[in-house]
Amino acid sequence: MTEQTDAAEGTERRVRVVLVDDHRMFRAGVQAEIGRTEETGVEVVGEAADVDQAVTVITATRPEVVLLDVHLPGGGGVEVLRRCAGLAAAAERPVRFLALSVSDAAEDVIGVIRGGARGYVTKTITGADLVDSIFRVQEGDAVFSPRLAGFVLDAFASTDAPPVDEDLDRLTQREREVLRLIARGYAYKEIAKQLFISVKTVESHVSAVLRKLQLSNRHELTRWATARRLV
Amino acid sequence: MPVATARPPEAEEPAARRLYRSAEGRWLGGVARGLAGHLGLPVIWVRLVFLGLFMADGLGALLYAVFWIAVPLGVGGRSAEPKPVFETAPDGRRRLRKPDKGQLFALVALLIGAVVFVANIDLGGPANRYVWPVLLTGAGVVLVWRQADNARRAQWTGDGRRRGLLQLARGLAGVALVGMGLTVFVVVRGSAAQLGNVLTAALAVIAGVALLAGPWLVRMTQDLSEERLMRIRAQERAEVAAHVHDSVLHTLTLIQRNADDAGEVRRLARAQERELRNWLYRPEGTGKEEDEEPTMLADAVKRAAAEVEDKHGVPLEVVVVGDCPLDEKLTAQMQAAREAMVNAAKYGGEGGPVQVYAEVEGRTVFVSVRDRGPGFDPDAVPEDRMGVRESIVGRMQRNGGTARLRSVPGGGTEVELEMERADG
Repeated sequence: MTEQTDAAEGTERRVRVVLVDDHRMFRAGVQAEIGRTEETGVEVVGEAADVDQAVTVITATRPEVVLLDVHLPGGGGVEVLRRCAGLAAAAERPVRFLALSVSDAAEDVIGVIRGGARGYVTKTITGADLVDSIFRVQEGDAVFSPRLAGFVLDAFASTDAPPVDEDLDRLTQREREVLRLIARGYAYKEIAKQLFISVKTVESHVSAVLRKLQLSNRHELTRWATARRLV
Repeated sequence: MPVATARPPEAEEPAARRLYRSAEGRWLGGVARGLAGHLGLPVIWVRLVFLGLFMADGLGALLYAVFWIAVPLGVGGRSAEPKPVFETAPDGRRRLRKPDKGQLFALVALLIGAVVFVANIDLGGPANRYVWPVLLTGAGVVLVWRQADNARRAQWTGDGRRRGLLQLARGLAGVALVGMGLTVFVVVRGSAAQLGNVLTAALAVIAGVALLAGPWLVRMTQDLSEERLMRIRAQERAEVAAHVHDSVLHTLTLIQRNADDAGEVRRLARAQERELRNWLYRPEGTGKEEDEEPTMLADAVKRAAAEVEDKHGVPLEVVVVGDCPLDEKLTAQMQAAREAMVNAAKYGGEGGPVQVYAEVEGRTVFVSVRDRGPGFDPDAVPEDRMGVRESIVGRMQRNGGTARLRSVPGGGTEVELEMERADG
């Protein structure tokens, strides 16, 4: 995924980030990894350890990207997303959320994505990839880890069996192909080459999937989760 | 040696020191069996003595009842050892457990005794008209008491669940017998006309007792259940602590010791992370099926990846979509996939994590293993190298599947395996 980083732009790009995680050590680690603003272009403007703090800090600093832990005291990442929904939907300089979690349990991941996060990465991600993901989210793109793609495929695979009036909720063949390639570990550029489409098209497919996931029938997703004994 | 001399009495003590009613092989309360064990006599003797005493104006029954009430049911000592059917203790004593022949004999003796007893009773006689109610009541009491014993035993052994209904029925039967006996007693004693009054009075007394003792009983049960809850919580915490101690702490210690060996540290951390994750997020919370062969595809893929990861110290990212039971063809596919993972870990592990993707879609099972290593030219592989050709491609073809290999020098390698499921 490092291919995405455009060396030419280099230091021109700047992004203001808030870190939300209840582990101080982890925040310090991430800060050390991505916080060298001159090199990475990432400027950490605030930190928070629980839901209330997060809402306060995000409202006060209006960052472009929030790195959001899924498990937080006070209601979890989903609660932060709910209370910051207005900021995320703002027409001018919207706040975008990227879930960063140690949990790769499907219900956590699907939960924050449905709550409005623009992407999801696990904490084992490398610093370079994380910086790259942050910029992608800032540009309005969705960030799908292979594992997230797998969960989404799973969710839609079991829900599209009786699609009568749910056509909006379904994935197109192309979107499914794109997801599959992401799940197999391909970078966007590689997917574009594989499917003979442009990287922009790949990105728009991914964004469409994300939108469908956020809009998709709540009932069916709940059923999916229940069937897997996730809730 | 002092230890050697001290041992035999120590072994005897739990049985001889205290009198228990025997929970094993008992007929009623286990009194005779317990006494036999305590006195070192054959149980049949004790039973016969009780029978003889019973003839003496029911003294035996009274004695038996007193023992039953006063002596606790044994679990500890020898009375609870169920296995040996006929055994002699080190000092020549007969073991508690008797052969069936002895039991049969005792049963016959008891029957004869009962017949004699019944024959002795002058059924029509005025003095004996209380005998039947007393017998009925006695039988009911025996049933209920025995029931209470069983309930306690079920707590120890945990076997009470499936026989719950039977136990309830027995308890109810006991209560009914007692009620019947008392009613008959009243009927025989006075006239039937007073029965209504007596019943009303009895009910009033019972209601009064319930009102008085009720709140106290309720509070006691609440306290009890609260205490039980606390105990369960403590147990859970202990289990978590034990698990963290066994796995996480040990791994951290190993990591400290191997701090210089980055590869080893990474391997340990990955293995521990995976194990802990399984333990935390698995719905059932059972990490115990580790030893069994996996029966589902998703399990098999994850297991294979975990083993390769541990062995080669290269992280494998596994994504599985859908799941299905393994059949013969899929097992072959899993073996091929495993081979592909090993290859990827060995030759392509430097380029980052190996991506493993498995998907069940309808009847087709698709597995892809992808690394970002240096790659190679498949046509340049010598004829005698059997790894890819036989273990992966050949195996898939023999089982009716397909294998595709894509490798770009410098761009990594991807193996795609596709197989139809045997059943729908």
